[in-house]
Amino acid sequence: MSFEVEITVQPGEREISGRISSDARLTALVGASGIGKTSVLNAIAGLLRPISGSISVAGRVLFDAERGIDIPPEKRHAGYAFQDARLFPHRRVAANLDYAEKLAKGRKPIIARAEVVRLLDIDGLLVRWPDTLSGGEVRRVAIARALLSAPDFLLLDEPLAALDPERAERLSTLIERLRDRLEIPMMLVSHSERDVARLASKTVRMG
Amino acid sequence: MTSAEWAIVMLSLRVSFVAVLVSLPIAYALAWLLARRRFPGMIVLDALVHLPLVLPPVVTGWLLLIAFGRGGEIGAWLYENFGITLVFNWTGAALAAAVMALPLMVRAMRLSIEAVDRRLVGAARTLGASSWKAFLTVTLPLSIPGIAAGAMLGFARSLGEFGATITFAANIAGETRTLPLAIYTGLQTPGGEDAVTRLAIISIILSLGALVLSEWLVRRAQGGRAHVL
Repeated sequence: MSFEVEITVQPGEREISGRISSDARLTALVGASGIGKTSVLNAIAGLLRPISGSISVAGRVLFDAERGIDIPPEKRHAGYAFQDARLFPHRRVAANLDYAEKLAKGRKPIIARAEVVRLLDIDGLLVRWPDTLSGGEVRRVAIARALLSAPDFLLLDEPLAALDPERAERLSTLIERLRDRLEIPMMLVSHSERDVARLASKTVRMG
Repeated sequence: MTSAEWAIVMLSLRVSFVAVLVSLPIAYALAWLLARRRFPGMIVLDALVHLPLVLPPVVTGWLLLIAFGRGGEIGAWLYENFGITLVFNWTGAALAAAVMALPLMVRAMRLSIEAVDRRLVGAARTLGASSWKAFLTVTLPLSIPGIAAGAMLGFARSLGEFGATITFAANIAGETRTLPLAIYTGLQTPGGEDAVTRLAIISIILSLGALVLSEWLVRRAQGGRAHVL
């Protein structure tokens, strides 16, 4: 199984329950905005502790409330491309990538840096500061940084949202290529089923 | 300026510098705790940190005397184990200044830590950073302007410290007689007016410089939105 998730999380006042059982290479999690898709990703990455349930990814148990298992986020090896990118503002783009690479030292890279830079077309952005990038550029750098952390699995939060159709199409093609080339489970969150139809081998609906 | 007056300025600078150096890590740790953690007793800690700001300085000096005087718990322990005496010593003046400056430093640093986006810390964690490493690589560098601003503010406050110092460290020429104490002494001395004028002008220049620098650092760091004062 690539993703085996059955959790209840409570990021705010409201409880959210999610159940995902998928052995697909790319699993899409779709549902209306605000339904709690990002909370599920955060729980898988270890940034949000579920109040109950269990999470395992690629056969590894990351969280199990009953057995008292809660692997800290830095040991989960998630490649998480946040919807809000979260690039480090005090580091240039290249240094943001360095950050991921340095912490992944000793682990087997899933893709070479040169190839990430080429695939995501960010060669011209490396010397820039994050706050000078456009929305689409920020998102590509965030995906690059996630890929370079030698992850065991990828979490992509709304990678195509708020991009113009042409850019969305390009990024979509790229995700497709990553899916076929990388041998790690990927989970993609989207509010639009249409966006993910051609990418996902399995679609899980929330809400 | 006479050489005695220069010595007073140098003593003041030394006392303030040491006071800031000693309280900086403590203030930052407190600021981080208050900005990032929720724990029982937080309100009490917050109040304790701010106490020197609202207490009459002479009371703070008296409390220091009780704790750090020769007869005090900490004071006796320091003397027996290390032969350190803080009362009537310039290091005592530095301690008094440090305690009085602490709340202002904590406030400045707390603001700058709160301004660091916590989601960036989360991002660092998913990339493989332990919470300590995430602190060192994200929170700490992004809050440096607040540290600098807090340090300058603490320095300015230390330069002006009077009440707690004269109570705890006394007014000893060449040892604990910092600028404000020297000005006070000058006012009590017939014919001391010229010296008072000179020392007061130096006080104003030093304090204003530190304050302006501190405000500038905070404004630069937070886009002109926040103020320390």
